[in-house]
Amino acid sequence: MTAPVPPSDGADLLDRQTAAGSLHAAGQWALIWHKFRRHKVAYASLILVGLIYLVALFAEALAPSDPGKFDPRYTFAPPQAISLFAPDGAGGTRFVPHVTGFDITLDQQSFRRVFVPDPDQIIPIGLFVRGDPYRMWGLFDTDLHLIGPLDPGQPMFLLGADRLGRDLLSRIIHGTRVSMSIGLVGVGLSLFIGMVLGGVSGYYGGLTDRAIQRVIEFIRSIPTIPLWLGLAAAMPKEWPPLQVYFAILVILSLVGWTEIARVVRGRFLSLRTEDFVIAARLDGVSEYRLIMTHMMPSLYSHIIAAITLAIPNMILAETALSFLGLGLQPPIVSWGVLLQDTQNLRAITQAPWLFAPGVVVVVAVLALNFLGDGLRDAADPYEK
Amino acid sequence: MLRYIVQRLLGMIPAMFAISLLTFVIIQLPPGDFASTYAAQLAETGVTVDDAAMQALRDRYGLGDGLMVQYAKWVGGILRGDFGISFEWNQPVNQLIWQRMGMTALISVMTLLVMWIISLPIGIYSAVFKYSVTDYIASVLGFLGMATPNFLVAIVLLYISSMWFGVSVGGLLSPDYVKAPLSWGKLVDFLSHAWIPVFVLGTSGTAALIRVMRANLLDELHKPYVETARAKGLSETRLILRYPVRVAINPFISTVGWVLPALISGELIVSTVLNLPTAGPLLLQALKSQDMYLAGALILLSGGLVLIGTLVSDVLLALSDPRIRLS
Repeated sequence: MTAPVPPSDGADLLDRQTAAGSLHAAGQWALIWHKFRRHKVAYASLILVGLIYLVALFAEALAPSDPGKFDPRYTFAPPQAISLFAPDGAGGTRFVPHVTGFDITLDQQSFRRVFVPDPDQIIPIGLFVRGDPYRMWGLFDTDLHLIGPLDPGQPMFLLGADRLGRDLLSRIIHGTRVSMSIGLVGVGLSLFIGMVLGGVSGYYGGLTDRAIQRVIEFIRSIPTIPLWLGLAAAMPKEWPPLQVYFAILVILSLVGWTEIARVVRGRFLSLRTEDFVIAARLDGVSEYRLIMTHMMPSLYSHIIAAITLAIPNMILAETALSFLGLGLQPPIVSWGVLLQDTQNLRAITQAPWLFAPGVVVVVAVLALNFLGDGLRDAADPYEK
Repeated sequence: MLRYIVQRLLGMIPAMFAISLLTFVIIQLPPGDFASTYAAQLAETGVTVDDAAMQALRDRYGLGDGLMVQYAKWVGGILRGDFGISFEWNQPVNQLIWQRMGMTALISVMTLLVMWIISLPIGIYSAVFKYSVTDYIASVLGFLGMATPNFLVAIVLLYISSMWFGVSVGGLLSPDYVKAPLSWGKLVDFLSHAWIPVFVLGTSGTAALIRVMRANLLDELHKPYVETARAKGLSETRLILRYPVRVAINPFISTVGWVLPALISGELIVSTVLNLPTAGPLLLQALKSQDMYLAGALILLSGGLVLIGTLVSDVLLALSDPRIRLS
């Protein structure tokens, strides 16, 4: 079971023993890391989740164009593939990274635009090109994009366009920021409530514990979607987007804290009777110090695992709410908002690439679940 | 046993009270009282309401009174079977909800049964043949099922059926059968529609249940009593089904407590996508137009449905495990 991990003041003793060769010791975090590394899927997921958060961080620069830029000429334009070589007109080929332009005709019967790739229209693309201007992190203005057409006026839809001719890839990249941050910030809020109530519940036990447990049981027994919808529907329609965003966060956290509280309570209950905690208590350590320096260090890893497993639930919840039209609203772009477009059966039969945000949701949620599983298994490195 | 059931029934009262309070809060959240919303709506369509009728409405729901009185009048009405009026439909709420709640309950219970029937054998198989190909496939499908929002599964199914088969799969009955009396034909037609929502709703839950059953059984399989039975020469099938499965099935039954709320939540979204005549689309519409008495009734009843489901699962659990009903 969990061995006492010496807090900071004991660390130098440990170092001296290690240096003297009398004790072979690796810190708790090193052990957790070793154990985690052995879980290959979880390790790969960690890298993937890291990449997804990088995309969220640098969304403006990574997106080829502005997520709101629309062009009715390109309604439901299909995805274009990147090719690296083009004929040079003299029978040979030359190196020109490009996408192929379209011939657009209007089908007179269905009034749909029909896009036929035209290999003669070469739209050269490049890395670090000038495109739509944006303000990076609200700090400085620039118009540099990682990838894009050399001539900003020409179309490049790597994942196709939506019903207003907006670039789906750019919208997904911007949606990543909103959806992934909802997960992270929402879990932060849940963590705060969950730690306080779960900690109180597990540390003091008795009547307080029972009362808090009843509340948790009750919240978990309510069907969440009707509850969330009821709360979300009560939001005044004229609220600005940012306020809606935070309101949704609070609504999701109202349920999200219960799982974290459960984990924290369970750990507190089992830690309370550990020898090192009893020893510290008998030594007359103050309650605050007992919790903060003696119990907390063996809790962190479990909490990190619990929050990693809570993030995907938050993301799925936000996606469902926004999909139903009661969560985030355009012009905010989140994965759920993007998936609203798939409600129209005619649109998806014409433009199946509208499912792309759904694929992204599944990948992100899977990666977070695997990562959380791996962390949970590694959380207690002393356990065989 | 009867004592246990009565005890559990009494235990439901505070939970129901808590749900009703929560629902009442949700009803009260939108700005303005509903009578003025109602009047505004009628005025938009050109109908003027006379003050006397308005006043009667306010009195009936205690709109002028304090919150406690309003709550008491609302709950009192519900106890007499009066859920208030829906403004959007201009009908008493209880004329609108029962058939749809019934459909929701039917679909949810059907899904629950299908989930159990599928996940139990697969879970047992996955545990007994741990790390076999089937176990891996079940795990991969399980993780995928848990990570995919079920409305997405519904839409993909709609897309596939309209692209490849050229038919739409929405609804629960073909138009010819909607008004027809009960018959075998109607039942067959219902089942040919109902498997789609059941499939869509069941995917994520089945995935989770397989993992629960697998983990439960894995905990039991290496206990000494299993070894003893094996040493005595019991056939492997008989041994596993007779002893460890019986122990492992208890936590499995108690999963109803969290599967049912998830099912009812999921049903709401899926039936909106598939356009089913269940409570889901009605609730969504009611919430969007702030038709709060209708929305409140549906939220309250879905909470009640979960309580009843949990009660049934507790009774089943007590039947299968004597320790519970005796303690």
